[in-house]
Amino acid sequence: MAQMDKRVRIAKRVAKELHDGDVVNLGIGMPTLVANYLSHGVSIVLHSENGFLGIGPEPQAELADKDLVNAGGKPVTIQENGCCFDSAMSFAIIRGGHVDTTVLGALEVDEQGNLANWMVPGKRISGMGGAMDLVVGAKKIIIAMEHNNKDGTAKIVKQCSLPLTAKAEVDLIITDMAVIAVHQDGLYLTEIAEGTTVEEVVAATGAQLFFSEDNLGIF
Amino acid sequence: MVKICTANEAVKDISEGMCIMIGGFLGVGTPEGLVQALVDKGTKNLTVITNDSAFPGVGVGKLQDSKQMSTLYTSYIGGHPESGRCMEEGDLKIILTPQGTLAEQIRAGGSGLGGILTPTGVGTVVEEGKTQIVVADKTYLLEEPLKADVALLKAYKADCHGNLIYRFSARNFNPLMAMAARTVIVEVEEIVEAGAIEPDNVITPGIFVDLLVKGR
Repeated sequence: MAQMDKRVRIAKRVAKELHDGDVVNLGIGMPTLVANYLSHGVSIVLHSENGFLGIGPEPQAELADKDLVNAGGKPVTIQENGCCFDSAMSFAIIRGGHVDTTVLGALEVDEQGNLANWMVPGKRISGMGGAMDLVVGAKKIIIAMEHNNKDGTAKIVKQCSLPLTAKAEVDLIITDMAVIAVHQDGLYLTEIAEGTTVEEVVAATGAQLFFSEDNLGIF
Repeated sequence: MVKICTANEAVKDISEGMCIMIGGFLGVGTPEGLVQALVDKGTKNLTVITNDSAFPGVGVGKLQDSKQMSTLYTSYIGGHPESGRCMEEGDLKIILTPQGTLAEQIRAGGSGLGGILTPTGVGTVVEEGKTQIVVADKTYLLEEPLKADVALLKAYKADCHGNLIYRFSARNFNPLMAMAARTVIVEVEEIVEAGAIEPDNVITPGIFVDLLVKGR
């Protein structure tokens, strides 16, 4: 499948997890696509960790406001229900459990729901920004990522080998191949992507998956 | 009345080795005129507390370009390739801190608190060397307060008493840093007369502000 199709498939599936009225923080990159695929009648409030609620669509270049950017520094708009605040309030909203769902990418996720997505030893470091607070604070943590690395190695592993972003916080993993719920006793495969087989998902995963073949959904 | 001066006058007492807080998020809400004045002045060996090192030629990134910092407390250096390189080579001591923790450390510094307890960073490299405290069965890290000699801030408007309002995402760390530094210098787009900002709309009380600079 082409790269873009994979990303769209993941984004569409993640969008089904969001409910009307949810306060949601979408990570930089692919997670931001999720906002394009919300179900009919579902309206969410997007949180931007640089200090506002109610992120609206990207403006036309000539209408960009120098003071209104998203957490990636890109110009955005603010919706009419929006409001602005300082960084302490922004992270009180995050850490205090007032964000219903956050959607983030990952380098590795493991059987305990540990997440590594902020640094690779030996590679130039960029810093964690707001990622550690988001993963600790949001009520539901969805990891949206391609199932495997570009070289084919597993990103879903028995135990993370990279430095952690947070311990045991991930709730759901959505990839181009599968939907996997993280429970206390391990990873539960609940859905597979159309055109994918269970055997392919198991082979592509570096951790044990629990599932019942009769109850697997298809997305 | 707060003193109004030029950017160059405002930074004249900043000297080598001082600790400076600088507002902004990837350059948005950073006082570009004050940072440029500090670059022009050339003061070295600064400790800087700021959310990120922005980009080359932008905001705090200018102090990275000019190598005026010796220590940097920040959450993100991914926009400026030189920050990562200097950290690897040991030319610049960088203390990477989760963004929400950094905000609360600054708030604590300005609020007379001995620190804050946060769950962020537990079980990661961030916990190394920090005291852990268990409250109601949950583990928290004790994060100490941060204070500075000088804060360089950006607001949208000030009245002549230094009361400040901000615009959109340019607020970010500015109101927190206004409380946490001995001398607070604010660059604003407009200075209005007393009473022109409704008391209910003031975000940063003017009592925190020492100097105002008219910027853009």
